[in-house]
Order: sequence, then structure tokens, then C-alpha cells
Amino acid sequence: MIENVRIRGGILTVCLAFAFVIIWHGLTLEPKFISKGLSEKELLTMEFNGDIIRDDNDVYYYNPDKPRGIPGPKKVFDKTIEEFSGAFEIRGTNDHGVAYLIWYTVKRFAAGFVCASIIAIILGVMIGLSKVTFFALNPFIQVLKPISPLAWMPLLLYSVKDPTYTAILVVFMASLWPTVANTAFGVNSIKIDYLRVASLMEMSRFRLLYKVILPAAAPTIIAGLRISFGSALVAVVPAEMLLGELGIGYLSWMEWNNLDISGIIFAIMMVGIVGVILDSLFNLLAKVFSYPET
Amino acid sequence: MKNDIYGDAFSPDNDIMNGHPHIGGDIEPEAVSDYHKTMNPIFRQLDHVGHTHADGTHCSGGTCKKDSTAMNRTALNTESINEKIVENAIMRAIFPNDEHRRRFISKVGKTAAASIVATFFPMDTAKSLAQEPVKNIEKKDLSIGFIPITCATPIIMAEPLGFYQKYGLNATVRRASGWSMVRDWAINKEVDAAHMLSPMPLSISLGAGSKQVPFFMPAVENINGQAITLANKHKNVKGPQDMKGFKFCVPFDYSMHNYLLRYYLAEGGLHPDKDVQIRVVPPPEMVANLKAGNVDGYLAPDPFNQRAVYENVGFIFKLTKEIWDGHPCCAFAVSKEFTTSYPNTFLALFKSIVDATHYSAVKSNRKEIAKAIAPKNYLNQPVTVLEQVLTGRYPDGLGNIMDVPDRIDFDPFPWHSMAMWILTQMKRWNHVEGDFDYDKVAKEVYLAAQCDDLIEELGYKKNGVTKKKHIIMGKEFDPKEPEKYLKSFPINNL
Repeated sequence: MIENVRIRGGILTVCLAFAFVIIWHGLTLEPKFISKGLSEKELLTMEFNGDIIRDDNDVYYYNPDKPRGIPGPKKVFDKTIEEFSGAFEIRGTNDHGVAYLIWYTVKRFAAGFVCASIIAIILGVMIGLSKVTFFALNPFIQVLKPISPLAWMPLLLYSVKDPTYTAILVVFMASLWPTVANTAFGVNSIKIDYLRVASLMEMSRFRLLYKVILPAAAPTIIAGLRISFGSALVAVVPAEMLLGELGIGYLSWMEWNNLDISGIIFAIMMVGIVGVILDSLFNLLAKVFSYPET
Repeated sequence: MKNDIYGDAFSPDNDIMNGHPHIGGDIEPEAVSDYHKTMNPIFRQLDHVGHTHADGTHCSGGTCKKDSTAMNRTALNTESINEKIVENAIMRAIFPNDEHRRRFISKVGKTAAASIVATFFPMDTAKSLAQEPVKNIEKKDLSIGFIPITCATPIIMAEPLGFYQKYGLNATVRRASGWSMVRDWAINKEVDAAHMLSPMPLSISLGAGSKQVPFFMPAVENINGQAITLANKHKNVKGPQDMKGFKFCVPFDYSMHNYLLRYYLAEGGLHPDKDVQIRVVPPPEMVANLKAGNVDGYLAPDPFNQRAVYENVGFIFKLTKEIWDGHPCCAFAVSKEFTTSYPNTFLALFKSIVDATHYSAVKSNRKEIAKAIAPKNYLNQPVTVLEQVLTGRYPDGLGNIMDVPDRIDFDPFPWHSMAMWILTQMKRWNHVEGDFDYDKVAKEVYLAAQCDDLIEELGYKKNGVTKKKHIIMGKEFDPKEPEKYLKSFPINNL
């Protein structure tokens, strides 16, 4: 029964994708160029401006290299092939293959997110362990939490003076607060019975932390990490754009500079792919942190 | 600053020239007169490296084939350019008087002239000396920040065309997305040198709009090359009087674009801060903004004016050349600290920039340059657009094909008087606080004297003076009286 549902779902996915491409193609069909009614001078000006090109028989066509409006699926497909064929090349300081760009973004994201998560969990546990510190510090966290990570950027850039670390720190800031808040909340709201039982068993503090507190708070911590993950993913792309650091965000900014719409669509797809890569990495991480409920 | 490897050989008081001041006079005029007639366009160009006729066209017909050594120089061959530079410099040393030199060359022909000189001057030794890179370079691997616009042409093309390499540097150019990014990179030493707007080294040195760091501007990159572009819906606009309420973009507060646009509007009676809105938008985003209808126009660097025409969203209303012919725009800038920590590196870099800027000035090299800087690693623009900008043959978006060979030009000399004009405008619009000595600031930031030495060393015409009068929209700026000039404007923020 379950297999059956999956197969049906899969077929529907393919159909939807197919329908989407057909509709996209239909909406972006380009009209044929009609030279009737245009004077020789107008035609020459258009040709000089690269709008139209002439074949050997002096028949004019729209210049296929010059985009007019949203490009169709074929152009985006061609662009994708072109980009992937040079994915592992470095053609200059400012032009690295797309595989490198994905690697840079994943690396930047991972560095910021992992550091932030470790620090946030430690901080969260420390805050959450004592009721007083929790109530004392919670207001600060609540104020810091909703600040857009990009709002930190100018200050970070000014103090760190290095765009590479600033980009990582923006990701760091994006993923810090939700995890701190959730961890503190999770640790703070552990059932008092668990702690009583632990104290009856005369557990060491370290054992208490590992065997009781973290497992009990794990669901809230993972929930916090998920929120952090989302906001860090949102932050990494604009951080690259603003700081001019090579990566997927930079790719989309660069394609926009050249007003290359197929390039922009390609870059958006790459952001999606990076999201999938990072999401699967996160699931691995989540498994490490989750404790089986027994 | 002055490199004296071969400076003496070319100085006007050298022995060699005293012995043979009028060597051309011994040659029979009739024997060369035919040759003279056909070759005349080239002789006029000897003052410049490269081969372009006086009218700016490419040489392709049969008339020039006789002088094959001058003709076959491919645009990319920097070594042969260097040889030309040296020949040129020697000619100048032998005949410091322009009139005498031209007369001599026009009598005997360029190739013949070179071979005659070579009989008594060791031309080959001089050429190899000139190609000898600066010694003891402290730091070879350099990173230079740039914004993807045609103004940066010399800085950018120096990488693919090997100008940095020629002077012993392994420099790469790094693209930034906006001027504030370049400024921060330069201040934070993320890059060793940078492409900046010519007012920026002044504003950074004065601490206006950023923290105060002493910066030098050793050379200007381009002159002219900007334009006011308006959206297609404004095709009936005639002048500032029709622009009330417009939204304009400029690339940066401290930019020639901002000051020229303000000047232009104010001359037409509009107050740039009250009657129109001027916003700062990074150049690459301007076309998209114009397309979206967010703004009515902009005064921006190319290729974004031409790109608006290419995208059929705007038209070129006025070239900045028509506001101030020969105005500086972008520049090459380094921090004072860099020049003191790495003096030889700086000298090599300075030389390669001055050399590359002169190479860009030669119009017959422009198509080659357009191809070299178009790829994704540099400007990431269609070659068509760059060619139209650099060759000055372009559609204006109103259905005309224009021919303005000096739409953009390149001249490295940083006139102190240009800095002083910029300072008057910074003061006029309240972009800088307090009083300062125009002359002193200009001299501290713009390295005109040092640049002039290098210009001479590389075999080009020395300017000799660092200040001159400039004419902006018919009004004269006299560098002797900047305060008086400043007070003469009825529209200001003083």
C-alpha cells in the first residue's frame, strides 16, 4: 500500500515538472522578427545595437544571444550545461567554476553554523541550569534574537576588518540566538522529577548533564537548531552578495550585473541545490544530537 | 621616486644630441618627398605609441604598407610597444624641440630616422635597459581591487595583457560590487591598491565619509567616458529645466559623477538637493533600476550608459565630455603606508599603470582591449557594448549612430588643479567639513610630479606644470583662486 502511494506520488511529480516546463516554454515563446515597415536606417541601427542579426541571404532575425524578457527553458538548460561543463575550472580571480562556488558557500555556512551551534548549546545550558540566570538573561536573548543577521554586518566588517570572516560571522550571528533561546528554555523546563532521581543516584555533574539534562532537552534543542539553520541559510546568500565573497550568492549577483536572466535563474536553482546539500548535512548532525526516547 | 637606470641618457643635456642637432638637414629632400606624402599620417602619430591615423581610423589600406615595422605591431605585443617607447624617447632626447624632430622625421621617414639614430646611439642597449624591471621588488604578489566599469580599463587589462608581469609583478585584479566595498578593502589592506573615483583619495585623506587614512592618487585612469542616461519616456527632455522632480542615480557620494551632475543641474537653475533626488546606487545595478522605472536617469560610468541603450530602456542624453571636456574620472589609488613599506613594488606598479594607461589611449588598441576585458572574470559584459564605448561609435538610443572617438580617453596625469576643482565642489555641497588649504591637500594626495617623471621616462610628453585652468560648461576655473570660484555659485549648500 505504502509502495503504491509512493509510486503514484512519483508519477505525479514527473507530470507536474513536465507541465511546468511546457507552460514555461509556452509563455516565453519568442515572436519572429518582422522587418516589414522598418526603414533601412532603422534596421541598421538595430543591427548595430545587437538587437537583430542578418544571415547570408540578408534576412534579419532576433539576436539569440541578447535576452528579451524571461528566457525559456531551453536557454536556461543551455546555460546550465555551459556552467556545469566548466564546473571544476578556475578561470581567474573572479571567475571560479560552479562546483567551487558551491563548495565555498557550503564551507562558509558550515563553519558559521557549527561554531554557533556549539557555543549556543553550551551557553544555553549554562543559562538554563539556574532559574535566576534564565529569568535574568532571557530578556536580552529575546531582544537579540529577532535582529536580522545582516544588520550586524557593517559593525562586524568594521571591527573584524576582513570580509571572509565577516561572512562567516554573519552566518554565526544568524544561527546563534534561536539555539541559545531554545536550549535555555529546554534545559530550564526539565521535569523536576528527573533531577530528583538523578540526585538520589548521586550522579556526577558531568554524568547528570549527559545522561539527564541534554537528552531531556534534546527535542527543544533540535527545534532551536532547525530555526537557526533556516535563518543562517537565508543569511549566507545576501552576505556573499554584499561582501563580494565568491560563492553561490555572489554568482547570482554577478549574473544580475550582466542582466543575464538565464544566469539568474541558474543561480537561483543552485541556491536550492545548496539548500538540499546543507539540509542533508543537518539531518546527519541532528542524528548525532538526538537521543532515542526510552 | 625617480628611477635613474636610464634617466640620464635621455636628459636634454646629453652629449649625443649636441653633436648632431640637425642631422636631417643633410638628406636630399627630393629623394624622400613621395615617401613623405604617403607616410604623413604616421609621422604625426610618432608622438604616440601605436599606429592610428590622425582621424582615429584603423590603418588598413595600401598607403601605409611601406612602413612595415610600424604596421605589423600587433596590439598585444607589449614588447614591441616598449621598443617604440624607447625609440620615441631617444628621438625626443635628440631633438627636444618638437618642430625640429618632426621636420627631421618627415624628411627621412620613420624607419630611416630610427636607423640613422641607431648608427650613433646604441638603441638596442637602451631598449633592453628600459625593459629591465624595477629591482628588489619587496612584494610580487599583489591584489588590486576594481569595479567592473570601462573606466578601470588600464587597471584591468594590465592583467590579461601582461603589463604587471612586464614590470616583474604577479598582480591579480579583484572585483568589488560597490565603491564603499573598494574603499573598505583598501583601508583594511584587503587589497594592495585600488581603482577609485578621483575624489575618493581626497575624501579618505580628509576623513570625509570614512575614517581618515592618508591615501595617494598616483595616476588618473580615464578622462571623459561618462554620460547622463535618461529613461526612454523622457525623450522630449531638453535640459535641466525639464528635470524638476527627477530621481537620479550616481555611483558614489564622492564621485565625479555626483559633482558633474550637481554642477550641470545647478547651472540650469535646479538645486540638486531640493529640486531633484540624487541617490547612490552601485553602477551595475543602475540599468536594472532604470528598467524597473525606479529612477528617471543617472550620471554613470560606462558600460552602463551604453548598456541601457543595448537593453532598449534608455538613451544617452549627454556625454560628460560636453560638460567638461577632459575631466578626470577614475583613478589608481594606494595608501601612503603601502608606498613607504614597499617603495620598489609601488614604483613597479606605478610604472605598469602609467604604461597601461598610455596603451589604452591608443585608439587602434581599443577593440583588442574590449575583447580582453569583456569576460566574466573582469567586466562580464557583451563585447558589442564595450566596443561601442571604447571606439566611440555607438547608437545613442534615439535612432542615431554617433561617432565620438574621444567619448572615453585615457591620460594618467593627475593635475593638481583637478583635485582643487573637486575640493571646491566638495565644499560647495557640504561634503566636507572645516577649512583646508586647497593647494596643500592637492599636492599631498595627487602625485603629479612623480607621475610626470614616469611619463617622461616611458617616452611620453611631459606636462611640466601641475596646474592649469579648466573650462566647465563655459565657466573658467582658475586654480589660483579656488575660494573666489566657490563663492561665485548662486546655488550651493554653503
